[in-house]
Amino acid sequence: MSYKLIENNSAIPLQQIPVLDYNDFYKETSVLLKNEYCHCVNYYAIPESGGLKFICCIADDKARNILVASFVRNNDETSDIESLTSRHYCMHIFEREIHEKYGIAFSGHPWLKPVRFPFDRKDANSDLGNYPFYDIKSHELHEVGVGPIHAGIIEPGHFRFICTGEKVLHLEIHLGFQHRGVEQLMLQKNSLLQKTILAESIVGDTVVGHNTAFVQAMEALGEVSMPQNTKIARTIASELERIAMHTADLSALCTDVAYQLGSSVLQGLRTIIINTFMIWCGNRFARKLIRCGYEPYPLNPELINIIKQNLDKFEKRYIEMVDKMFDMPSVLARFDQTGSVSKEQNLMIGAVGMAARTAGIERDIRQSHPYSYYNEISHEPVILEDGDVKARAKLRDIEIRQSLKYIREMLAKYDQESVTLKTKPETINLKPDMFVISLTEGWRGEICHSAITGNDGSLIHYKIKDPSLHNWMALALAVRNNDISDFPVCNKSFNLSYCGYDL
Amino acid sequence: MIRTLKIIKHQGKQFIPDLQQVNLPDIHTGKPLIAEYPCKADCAVCRELCPTQAISIQPVTIDMGRCVFCRECTVCSEKIISFSNEYKIASNDPELLKVTAGTENINFNSDFIRKEIQHFFGGSLKLRLVSDGSCNGCELELNAADNVNFDMSRYGVEFVASPRHADGLVVTGALVENSIRALELTYEAIPAPKILIALGACAISGGIFQNSKTLNCSLFEKHKPDLYIPGCPPHPLTIINGILTLIGKSK
Repeated sequence: MSYKLIENNSAIPLQQIPVLDYNDFYKETSVLLKNEYCHCVNYYAIPESGGLKFICCIADDKARNILVASFVRNNDETSDIESLTSRHYCMHIFEREIHEKYGIAFSGHPWLKPVRFPFDRKDANSDLGNYPFYDIKSHELHEVGVGPIHAGIIEPGHFRFICTGEKVLHLEIHLGFQHRGVEQLMLQKNSLLQKTILAESIVGDTVVGHNTAFVQAMEALGEVSMPQNTKIARTIASELERIAMHTADLSALCTDVAYQLGSSVLQGLRTIIINTFMIWCGNRFARKLIRCGYEPYPLNPELINIIKQNLDKFEKRYIEMVDKMFDMPSVLARFDQTGSVSKEQNLMIGAVGMAARTAGIERDIRQSHPYSYYNEISHEPVILEDGDVKARAKLRDIEIRQSLKYIREMLAKYDQESVTLKTKPETINLKPDMFVISLTEGWRGEICHSAITGNDGSLIHYKIKDPSLHNWMALALAVRNNDISDFPVCNKSFNLSYCGYDL
Repeated sequence: MIRTLKIIKHQGKQFIPDLQQVNLPDIHTGKPLIAEYPCKADCAVCRELCPTQAISIQPVTIDMGRCVFCRECTVCSEKIISFSNEYKIASNDPELLKVTAGTENINFNSDFIRKEIQHFFGGSLKLRLVSDGSCNGCELELNAADNVNFDMSRYGVEFVASPRHADGLVVTGALVENSIRALELTYEAIPAPKILIALGACAISGGIFQNSKTLNCSLFEKHKPDLYIPGCPPHPLTIINGILTLIGKSK
């Protein structure tokens, strides 16, 4: 095996990443991806003098490490590259991304369609107006187009259904409308503060998830290690965010099946959690809370008390409400066996996070590649089997209860006597010519940030991967053979990010 | 049935009775306060620190249309800048979003208020949202503005599904090239007279996405927004109070 083994959040010199010949790379990657416990967390290309360097990172969830390898392709090579997707479908989105940006042809790829129409795409003629949808020849089928602007307070994206009567045969999801060029801006912005605020704005509902991934990557590159207390505080924030968003989703699921009481009570309960962030750091989404190399808002006895009280207030009403909700025949009738995605399908598309865990796949970075304080928690991932809307709702419920328990344990461990790094470090100098990968488990699933520094220690490449990049395909599979009227509840049960996909 | 009644009882009254008289916690980052005394000469620490170029010096001024309320500028040893918990910070004039020493309240520019707005929309206002290069933060706060706590629809202000049913358009996000066409179509589909609202630092100035190569702000070049709601994201109370002042419903 030529792949180099590294750990989550560890920086290595760029030249330590083995450079393989493509045939060897193909063979070794193929062997790894056959293993159910291995999945690709990132595969991207970076421009190098005279060509492109392809870097592939595969997480081994059992051995708890990350395998990295690369290959180089010179600009004068014009032949196609044999597609990994033809054997391992989970690689489809990465190869599509590389194809869209650099025009590399992957032979054997079933659909090298555009991903997000980035401003620096290779084919300038490729345009949002001419996305190559699959079309239908049959007279018995019809198409339904929805979006990009949807009926509600929601981000833009286009869905194209092919239906027979009310049944959905196929759904194609066309995104890219939110493309803001985040990866490029990450290099363009000079100060670390600007980059941090940008990281908080990648996905505004996963501020803690994305910002923790960014901050950990920078701290690894700058060789800064944080004290236990800071790790605990970041982990508490991550679990609070999970509770808040899971509660919001359960509320939205109730709205979609017309269960007004659940919708309204859960909305109010989410407010308790996000207002806890407000009292902690002055922002309801935990912006400002996490910073590189210091802890601007350390917890104090008064704050710890408020958090505890809010959790108690939340828990009592939450349990009463959700237990009732899962007893309601009218709710269960809509949730049960709606939008099922099987374990095989989820493995095939490389689903991560909640989508994977509801179909019997043990993929949880908190357990497999622990970061912050997750090492000490000994987190047991929640695994369900059915892969339907009910399982995705139930998973949220169990995870909320788990998070409440974890936060209480951590609050007890937070050492109020110890010194916290409240003051901002003068500068954090990133080590030159390094590569780092940082994985976190946001509430949707696995977030991967990967950075490369140049010879002066500045960032020369930054790659972001939101769980939605994989999981939109799970939604497309979920609605097959379901009534089109069940699309909203299926969509809500995943609640994927448009901006996280479009970047 | 008894379980449902218990839930309703424990839920109690969730709504905030008066949305114009709420006291947010002191730590809420609202309107900046600039000290009256002069700043050190040749010092530009705050201006250099500001991630979105919201600060100009001599005199120290913060443009809330650019500000992402990160509080970093408060580190200055002279303590010139601090933040209050004041959430009524929306205006119809971007110039009035610039806060300097002595700025008390954020006001509306009476010259810019179109007469038909209060005449037609004072009793009921239906809005359509388009997010165009946003991060979903503003959307979450807009949703929250109509939840059981804030309940904006009590004032007749609601979000509708179709632009044809709407009286105005709310835009969030930095306005990017990839959805400018959809945004323009939505604006055109709203019957006149219509209002236009820029919500969040990104919509007002590009926010942290300033200088991105993906931006296209042509809609705001052609049509001037009637209301600017600053924040990253704006608090639901900022949103609601801004809209109420615009339609003449604030006390």
